[in-house]
Amino acid sequence: MPQNVPEELSRIIETLYRSESGRILATLARLLGDLEIAEEAMHEAFAAALSVWPTSGVPDNPRPWLISTARFKAIDTLRRRARFDASQDELVRYLEARGSSVEGSEEEDTIEDDRLRLIFTCCHPSLPLEARVALTLREVCRLATEEIAKAFLTTPSTLAQRIVRAKAKIRDSSIRYEVPSPQQLPERLDAVLQVIYLVFNEGYSAAAGAKVTRAELTGEAIRLGRLVSELLPEPEVLGLLSLMLLQESRRVARTSQTGELILLENQVRSLWNQEQIAEGVALLEKALKSHRFGSYTLQAAIAAVHAEAESVAMTDWRQIVALYDRLLQIQPSPVVRLNRAVAIAMRDGPEAGLAHIDAVLAHGELANYYLAHSARAEMYRRLGRTTEARSSYGKALELTQQEPERRFLQERIRQLK
Amino acid sequence: MQALPTQYGGTIKYICLGYYDKGKFDGMTEDQRNAMFDLCFEYDDHLRANGHWAGGEALQPSETALTLHWKNGKVATTDGPYAETKEQLGGILVLEARDMNHAVQLIAQHPALTYGNSFEIRPAGDMSEIIKQSEQRRRKVTAR
Repeated sequence: MPQNVPEELSRIIETLYRSESGRILATLARLLGDLEIAEEAMHEAFAAALSVWPTSGVPDNPRPWLISTARFKAIDTLRRRARFDASQDELVRYLEARGSSVEGSEEEDTIEDDRLRLIFTCCHPSLPLEARVALTLREVCRLATEEIAKAFLTTPSTLAQRIVRAKAKIRDSSIRYEVPSPQQLPERLDAVLQVIYLVFNEGYSAAAGAKVTRAELTGEAIRLGRLVSELLPEPEVLGLLSLMLLQESRRVARTSQTGELILLENQVRSLWNQEQIAEGVALLEKALKSHRFGSYTLQAAIAAVHAEAESVAMTDWRQIVALYDRLLQIQPSPVVRLNRAVAIAMRDGPEAGLAHIDAVLAHGELANYYLAHSARAEMYRRLGRTTEARSSYGKALELTQQEPERRFLQERIRQLK
Repeated sequence: MQALPTQYGGTIKYICLGYYDKGKFDGMTEDQRNAMFDLCFEYDDHLRANGHWAGGEALQPSETALTLHWKNGKVATTDGPYAETKEQLGGILVLEARDMNHAVQLIAQHPALTYGNSFEIRPAGDMSEIIKQSEQRRRKVTAR
């Protein structure tokens, strides 16, 4: 270990690690075809920089230096392994044969494609969703296992094994580091967006509690959405980024200082983040213009109608119901149906809303969904039918374990006269 | 939330407890043992060279141990413990890694594993906050 690395040089290397390790790892994953070898080789290359650069000076272009050093380190590692694991022999020969063609391919386009390749690999549909999420946060967002475990309320050893198994699956089923073909793109992209939105929602639904770490996930999801939208500006990618920004814009307004949930109708709208709203709306317009948009864009459009309204009363509920109608055509889920019913209540009054909510509940799928019962209670409350309201709030309370939501429902029950 | 390179304190210490099967080890020839040692020590050197090695010791067999405990208001000592299981703790290794998966990856390549040995990896506990509070309590006592 080098003992006396000048402070300025440590800072340079540290900054390089922060800004470049994601890109370097992605390129190495493609070159070496294995995420674990890539990661180890990258750390060894940074260690080599620490011992070599104090005398040799920082190379003019550090990234290719680190990549090529890492490649040699990887070959050393594989040679060492080959001594007790013959299956590595072939890999060593393969890597050596690819030789220095690598250094020639340092075009900016290739590097950016590498990041996209890594994202598509980590989000491969043959991996379970929770493994995809863990892998993406670790390998693309570069979070530590322990941080991810904390954010998802699980133990580091459980999460570590999830990642180990996912990597083994990538290796064993020979999932390649590549951007999918245009034919496969819709399905593969969908798997990526699903991961990003799950990360966002984990953070968003926790934002009401005191669990700051979980709330940071929304920031991570937005960063990830931004990255994908820069690399692959497909309409639904823009739609999802827009949706996340529009939801995030209400973050400060949706919880009180004591951590209580505040409903949309009671939020102080001047607290909404106008910068995020403007960015979200601009992205939305771009996505809508493409005429190739899907459910994320439509959800963003609904969020935008809210974002641009001065109050609940001034909201264009007609427009919102119409957007839900379109959303239902491509995503006929009971939750969408429920949201549409609530929008109809805002447009046509609680009586109409109640009829629609009861129709949704009659299907049975949402029988244990607390929001369905709390929406039903809300209709009864507005109609002045206190007994039914109390009973529906009570049912909702039985069905949720989340503290801020429980407190919210208890408060609603208390306010019933 | 970014991790730092291992050399910059952006690492966590992991204690790796190495277990071995004594019966199996005793049954190895000297050449076999030497081959195993060479591979293991070479890998330890590799860990050192890359800044992952934060210490480690091999342990003598458990029959060389002495255990202290508190009994009837006095310190009592006993021999052992004598391991009842086949697997014995043979050594500890302190690893510096970026996170749990990094530690797993480094230990997964340890040649000792291929000889039927196993490793238990545990993150070091962070006692700094507890120590700080304790120091404050003790300072208060002396100030009185």
